Amino acid sequence: MVLSRATDSDGSIHSTFASRYVQESLPRFQMPERSIPKDAAYQIISDELMLDGNPRLNLASFVTTWMEPECDKLIMQAINKNYVDMDEYPVTTELQNRCVNIIANLFNAPLSNEEEAVGVGTVGSSEAIMLAGLAFKRKWQNKRKAEGKPYDKPNIVTGANVQVCWEKFARYFEVELKEVKLRKDYYIMDPVKAVEMVDENTICVAAILGSTYNGEFEDVKLLNDLLLQKNKETGWDTPIHVDAASGGFIAPFLYPDLEWDFRLPLVKSINVSGHKYGLVYAGIGWVIWRAKQDLPEELIFHINYLGADQPTFTLNFSKGASQIIAQYYQLIRLGFEGYRNIMSNCAANAKALADGLVRTGRFDILSKEVGVPLVAFSLKDNSKHDEYEIADHLRRYGWIVPAYTMAPDAQQVTLLRVVVREDFNRSLAERLVRDIEKVLHELDALPSKLVTEVTASLVESHPELKEVKDIDIDSTKLNSCHVFNEVLNSQKAVKAWKKFVAQKANRVC
Amino acid sequence: MVLPTAAESDNPANSCMFASRYMQSPLPRFRMPEKSIPKDAAYQIINDELMLDGNPRLNLASFVTTWMEPECDKLMMSAVNKNYVDMDEYPVTTDLQNRCVNMIARLFHAEVEDGDQAVGCATVGSSEAIMLAGLAFKRKWQNKRKAQGKPYDKPNIVTGSNVQVCWEKFARYFEVELKEVKLREGYYVMDPKKAAEMVDENTICVCAILGSTYNGEFEDVKMLNDLLVQKNKETGWNTPIHVDAASGGFIAPFLYPDLEWDFRLPLVRSINVSGHKYGLVYAGVGWVVWRSKQDLPEELIFHINYLGADQPTFTLNFSKGASQIIGQYYQLIRLGFEGYKLIMENCRTNARYLTEILEKTGRFTILSKDVGVPVVAFSLKDKSLGHDEYEISDHLRKFGWVVPAYTMAPDAQHVLLLRVVVREDFSRTLAERLAHNIEEVLHEFEALHPKITKVVKEILVTEDEKNDQVEAKENSKKTHENRRRGRQARHPDSVDKTKGIC
Repeated sequence: MVLSRATDSDGSIHSTFASRYVQESLPRFQMPERSIPKDAAYQIISDELMLDGNPRLNLASFVTTWMEPECDKLIMQAINKNYVDMDEYPVTTELQNRCVNIIANLFNAPLSNEEEAVGVGTVGSSEAIMLAGLAFKRKWQNKRKAEGKPYDKPNIVTGANVQVCWEKFARYFEVELKEVKLRKDYYIMDPVKAVEMVDENTICVAAILGSTYNGEFEDVKLLNDLLLQKNKETGWDTPIHVDAASGGFIAPFLYPDLEWDFRLPLVKSINVSGHKYGLVYAGIGWVIWRAKQDLPEELIFHINYLGADQPTFTLNFSKGASQIIAQYYQLIRLGFEGYRNIMSNCAANAKALADGLVRTGRFDILSKEVGVPLVAFSLKDNSKHDEYEIADHLRRYGWIVPAYTMAPDAQQVTLLRVVVREDFNRSLAERLVRDIEKVLHELDALPSKLVTEVTASLVESHPELKEVKDIDIDSTKLNSCHVFNEVLNSQKAVKAWKKFVAQKANRVC
Repeated sequence: MVLPTAAESDNPANSCMFASRYMQSPLPRFRMPEKSIPKDAAYQIINDELMLDGNPRLNLASFVTTWMEPECDKLMMSAVNKNYVDMDEYPVTTDLQNRCVNMIARLFHAEVEDGDQAVGCATVGSSEAIMLAGLAFKRKWQNKRKAQGKPYDKPNIVTGSNVQVCWEKFARYFEVELKEVKLREGYYVMDPKKAAEMVDENTICVCAILGSTYNGEFEDVKMLNDLLVQKNKETGWNTPIHVDAASGGFIAPFLYPDLEWDFRLPLVRSINVSGHKYGLVYAGVGWVVWRSKQDLPEELIFHINYLGADQPTFTLNFSKGASQIIGQYYQLIRLGFEGYKLIMENCRTNARYLTEILEKTGRFTILSKDVGVPVVAFSLKDKSLGHDEYEISDHLRKFGWVVPAYTMAPDAQHVLLLRVVVREDFSRTLAERLAHNIEEVLHEFEALHPKITKVVKEILVTEDEKNDQVEAKENSKKTHENRRRGRQARHPDSVDKTKGIC
């Protein structure tokens, strides 16, 4: 604890904004030599952070941005607890175990009444997926070793619409990623194609409940039935993992009859993000296994932590305990009815937003009604202005609404996506529709992007055009201006057009 | 946002916290409850249960920070709803991370020009940092071997057996063999000579620890570097070094600036440090920095189109809170070099003081060195007392202290020790109180007349065994064995290889 020095009581420093610290720019590359008073440090950083976006207007993210003040209080109190000190904080550890049990039962894990579920709290779905993938890889390797077959080329079958963490898993853990390509109007993994792609080296098939692109649920039941069939023929026993990062806290409440979880026999593990529709701040996910046998014992570490033995299977070690406590708070505070009410609200708001957009007559809705409450929409006609421009213009009103290209092989489709979280209420939805209409009017008045691009490249390559007087008379005269004509037909113009039209595939999150 | 229903606000019995019916029903443990409960009830119930958790500040086992200034708490709380990975949405937060990477890389003398961005990233802790660094080494080595046309399926890593468990995790999860240099009595860190001997063509890197978890000692990275430079010249393998400076990275630059352990040594290619240890931030932030761009293979970096902007990311975790990163930046500019130096000097002084008092009792051998992380590791001189370090640890709990007892890593696992970590918030007064309590515990043991007790025990145990043979077929045999086994279970001989300390 640094005690204040004598010089700190210097009068000129007392007023935060008069202090000399606010005049100097903050160090960016080298650690500063001297200390500064704590209120100055607080104020400077706080002021700079004002330029960060407002988390609640970020309609791109699924991640929770608001919790009740009571929960904030609990989080703050637990901020100095290192979650991994299980012996020191037994209650916190117990709360994690309760969450695992509750979530496993929510997913209909085949447990007897008082049996402990197999699962763990993670920092997010990325870690959860890596752990689940590791378990599948190790099980498959052990099986192949026992059969005396090669085990050096594992692969995993998913849709091309997977979130980037699956590619990370594949790249870091040296598993081949076999992607089922999408096609126009079918933006999720096709179970029939997926099953065809399964071979003896497939460690598992990953289905997504709540695709990142348009919130749709993949047909896990169909996948399960087809895979059962194939397994009977081949004897490979290929399992399924369900990436329910967003859908895991939607489906049980809104669509309880939809069979996607452990009710299907081939589903061996499920991950869900506590920080998405689990309604907790960023930094918590859950992975649940069907049963003990689905998690190879050799992956579990037994730590002698502070004298007590405990098993751990995570990639991260020390981390804050706050989010685990917050997740438990939400589970008992809201209960089943609370979650159901909130998710119904979200679905209703999403529908209202979709209806509003349809009424403008300019958009196609790409998201389905059954799915995660988000609205994915694209322009019916994007030849003059595209979705990226809409996203840009909406920023001026404060909204963050991202524009993406669809995953291969549907990357010619561009779309905008609005995620409806708990704190996105009906009035905000209506305001957004109005602002989108304003943006459309603005864009209609502007020349199309193609024209702007071509003009810009023309002027850049032929600055003498600015001098030619005929141009600013009217368009009939343009054709008589031979310089202009020549240039318009030249290579440069064609190049600019081509550049505009070529869409770079980009990944969405 | 769940609005209270009419029924909740009607019943006056619900308005008094402890009279409400929610206090009478036990909290659900296996299934989600059907109904909601009011938020203040939820808060109170969980808060009350958490009272039974230990007090983080009395946890002398952990290196992880347990106190920060209220101003920083305020900053962190206001950032709790920011998802750090939304780089386009929170550009300032992302910039703060980059500044921290720059400062830490330069603190470690990384090869980076003035004004250039250093290569590194924030992680959730040293575990993730080590996995990323290890991955980078593995991939570089594989690429090199492929180019040479040699087999690349058996990578290994050379470390001391005193490594923290996350290295074993890395080895097991990423299928790299762990070649451990065993310790020996009196030498509790990795021997650089033995390490260099163990290096072969499949070694992706040698890992040295700056601040061993067991006794806080710094490994001799300079000697390792010099030996390895020599060996590399002979073999042409170009084996690099990684320094696990999880605890030592924020100690050495301030207390021992002339100690060469970082990028000043040419073979050191990456370093990890825990922001949440002596970086003085709450749990949840670590840093990994690479010497230069070439040390991080481009193919491991993902380019995400996040909300329309391209950014490179190389982490295992994706979404996570932004608070700790902001907390780290706050500490770096609030304290500056002089602040950190003062704090570390304080810690060292308090550690020395505790060491002196323990030595004065005449009952303990000190296993930690003066140069190292401010940790006091000690073990009993006289083992014949019949009481071991585990019992001292147990008895200290009565006073509220959590002081863990461990066995040393192989091949010195017959050595038991206690370890006290001196953090920023462990003042001299607390050191005095701890020493006082330890002496009280020793007096308690003496009052039990250990030598006589031992003899009595032996007699009774023999009696027990005779009885056991008689009752061999009955169930009560199990209870006798458990009573005896209770002590033996923690005996060094029964230590499992997969167990490590942290």
